[in-house]
Amino acid sequence: MVSAAEMLSVAAFLEGNHAQAFPSFGSERMGAPVVAFCRLDNKEIRLREPVMTPDALIVQDPTLLHQVDLFKGLDTRGYLLINSRRSYRDLGLGDYVKKFPPHHICTVAATEWAMEYVGRPLPNVALLGAFAAVTRRVTIDSVTAAVRRKFPGKLGGGNAAAATKAYNTIRTN
Amino acid sequence: MLEQIEGSHAVAKAIALSRPEVICAYPITPQTHIVERCAELIRVGAIRNCEFINVESEFAALSVAIGSSAAGARTYTATASQGLLFMAEAVYNAAGLGLPIVMTIGNRAIGAPINIWNDHSDSMALRDAGWIQLHAETNQEAADLHIQAFKLAERLSAPVMVCMDGFILTHAYERVEIPTQDQVDAFLPPYRPRQILDPSDPYSIGAMVGPEAFMEVRYLAHDKLLQALGVIPEIQKEFEDIFGRDSGGLFHSYRMEDAKTVVVTMGSLAGTVKDLVDDLHKDGARIGVISLCSYRPFPLDGLRYALRGASKVIVLEKSLAPGFGGVLASDVRMALQGVDTHVHTVIAGLGGRPITRKSLARMFARAERGELKDPHFLDLDLDIVRREIDNQRGQITAGPIAENILREIGPCTPKAV
Amino acid sequence: MSGKTSEQKIKFYQKGTFTVGNRLVDEARRSVQGSMERSNAITSGHRACQGCGEALGARYALDAAMRATGGQIIAVNATGCLEVFTTPYPETSWQVPWLHSLFGNAAAVASGVAAAMRVKGREQVRVVAQGGDGGTTDIGFGCLSGMFERNDDVLYICYDNEAYMNTGVQRSSATPPTARTATTPAAGPKPGNVFGTGKNLPLIAMAHNIPYVATASVAHLHDLERKVEKAMAIRGARYIHVFVPCPLGWGSASHDTIRLARLASECGLFPLFEAEHGEITGSIAIRRKVPVEDYLKPQKRFAHLFKDGDGIERIARLQRMADANIKRFDLQRDAKEAPL
Repeated sequence: MVSAAEMLSVAAFLEGNHAQAFPSFGSERMGAPVVAFCRLDNKEIRLREPVMTPDALIVQDPTLLHQVDLFKGLDTRGYLLINSRRSYRDLGLGDYVKKFPPHHICTVAATEWAMEYVGRPLPNVALLGAFAAVTRRVTIDSVTAAVRRKFPGKLGGGNAAAATKAYNTIRTN
Repeated sequence: MLEQIEGSHAVAKAIALSRPEVICAYPITPQTHIVERCAELIRVGAIRNCEFINVESEFAALSVAIGSSAAGARTYTATASQGLLFMAEAVYNAAGLGLPIVMTIGNRAIGAPINIWNDHSDSMALRDAGWIQLHAETNQEAADLHIQAFKLAERLSAPVMVCMDGFILTHAYERVEIPTQDQVDAFLPPYRPRQILDPSDPYSIGAMVGPEAFMEVRYLAHDKLLQALGVIPEIQKEFEDIFGRDSGGLFHSYRMEDAKTVVVTMGSLAGTVKDLVDDLHKDGARIGVISLCSYRPFPLDGLRYALRGASKVIVLEKSLAPGFGGVLASDVRMALQGVDTHVHTVIAGLGGRPITRKSLARMFARAERGELKDPHFLDLDLDIVRREIDNQRGQITAGPIAENILREIGPCTPKAV
Repeated sequence: MSGKTSEQKIKFYQKGTFTVGNRLVDEARRSVQGSMERSNAITSGHRACQGCGEALGARYALDAAMRATGGQIIAVNATGCLEVFTTPYPETSWQVPWLHSLFGNAAAVASGVAAAMRVKGREQVRVVAQGGDGGTTDIGFGCLSGMFERNDDVLYICYDNEAYMNTGVQRSSATPPTARTATTPAAGPKPGNVFGTGKNLPLIAMAHNIPYVATASVAHLHDLERKVEKAMAIRGARYIHVFVPCPLGWGSASHDTIRLARLASECGLFPLFEAEHGEITGSIAIRRKVPVEDYLKPQKRFAHLFKDGDGIERIARLQRMADANIKRFDLQRDAKEAPL
């Protein structure tokens, strides 16, 4: 999750934008719920407060949906991406997402694509591809370039392919 | 080269460019990423001719640094929080011996209760150890200050702490211009020690000094830091000439032209305050910001001059002196001795409590109306505090305070910060 | 200075002792101190007490280290008597570069100096760290263990006088059972330091598997010099634990320093041995075993043992400790290897 925020910030940076990525600062062990943030802007980002009203929310682990108030602060004009093969209705969120513009929301089979292209259940990069497709705040080329920077070699290639798959799937739908 | 990079890694690169000869460190959050990256840069040959020493404690980290610096090697270490306190004796010693060690502080709260998040309690606790203390506002400045710190330390033969907010800066990815080796070499000459351990010219360093001379030795330590008040802006200028960037100096002023209210703060918080001040200016507020870079030495005269037009000063500080209030605020009051300017103490962000524009705006408004008590604690949950005070008063075995408060707050969900 | 040492004309008043640098014995058996051209790490005029075992031990050790390295040494000192009596500001006895930082960090500071020498390409300059038993076995133990564990190129010498003498004779973890100190007074049903406490630092040093560990004594100066020279011929972490009686802290006569040091080894309470990489490689056999009473009796810190009936049992327990050492280090074998 922290890497996803980092890679998103790098993708924006590669396009000449300012970006600030930071993790939810905790001493959590592996598997614990974590939050990471990314701010994107076309001017210097001076703000250091945590993101409390996000414009976009990416949920990497859908099992958290009914445990924590994930959507707190999310404006209905914003974007919502959830890592799941199921639809919002199947996830029990059909009513909640009705308030959002339809092209602002989608569920992404990111874990599946990560398994297919990377061989490990690491959905974060595929979700970034989906983010690029839905928000158009970064291009898929920047996302894949950032991914290859973070993971050189085969791992980067696989992840970039997963991101591209997610991107293309959403753009064609 | 402009890079999108984690703050810690930008600092590690700045250290590498400064050609350190000995780096020693003991792991403590949130400083770890810096020294981990330094160790890696040495292993892969990006830092050449440098010893990395894994020590068994912070006390040993700074002690190794004392030895290597006294023996003429450019020396770097980093710590935070409990680690800084654990090495406290050596912190004073390094300054007393006049050793130009550079040390990063990833500013973090001090326990108990144990807390890994940011505030300034650690470096403030060691403010009078005789070190120069510089605070970085951004990761760019954090990287730049490290390069300046070696020059400053070696010019004065005094140790320098570069303080950067733990997590908020150390773990944030943002853009940082990483200088070239040629630029840094042009700026920072090789270390020429004033005193050195050399068998061909033996000195005894660290002798006992009795009452007949101790005052004079201590005065000279004071004088050295006062000299730094002149040297810091010189180095800021020399840095700008080579790197084309204004970094460091004694303090930064923002929208001070006709400011009636001035917010004085240190570190990364200045960015949030500046954003808010821009918003408030749209509504006609005349509010400016001073962010201190040099906390020790403290620029008394410079601040007094900068604050001459202000009628109200709000000191926002991330540390607390229990039983007293705000240390930074009282330092600012010292700068305004004899001047009739109201100075508010606002304690904020202890243990990583988020400092938001919303809370700051509310507090500024109360200050304008003259409603702020001194000291004011930003976003303090007074109800919980009062209940716990009553609880402690009523029972002899009231239990541990920290755990009681957590119980009051209720089950924890993953928080924004 | 010029002329051969054997031609040196000095009127000796201490005939029959070994304390004048062995200048009365065969040239081959003389110590560094017997030479007119001897090195001089700690020059005269320092402010140690009369009969100070530490001053003697430190001078012999550092002079030997100087000789072994051609004078290329840097000394690091923990806070303590040695530091205080050699450097009363603005004077210093040290003829070698010398650095004092704190009480508990001498080993780490020495590591730093050694690192600087390595990085500066001056590895011929060697580092000797020194501390008393308090600065070594107690407050400096963490840094010392770290230095050992990293196998830093430092010789650490502990001058053990079995208590905090600099601060007025308080108990350390090197204080022997029953010894009276200011914090283990000779009062109550169990006077003096208690049995079953304390730590054996040479054995702990050995457990770090460092290249060289030795114990030495100011009663065996030639042996001390040899051990220092041997240590200086080795790279990596080395440890020498030197037994140095303290007339002030022990309540003994100034002229008994050497005698008490010898008795401590001859009774078995302070065994002299060497170890390399964790294995004992040699020890000095006891020439003429003496009962522990002979060692204890001249010292006021043990005076309470000889006053009441309970003392007999306690002395017997100390004797059992000495006998255990003799067995452990095989000190009562054929005494051919005995030194001077």
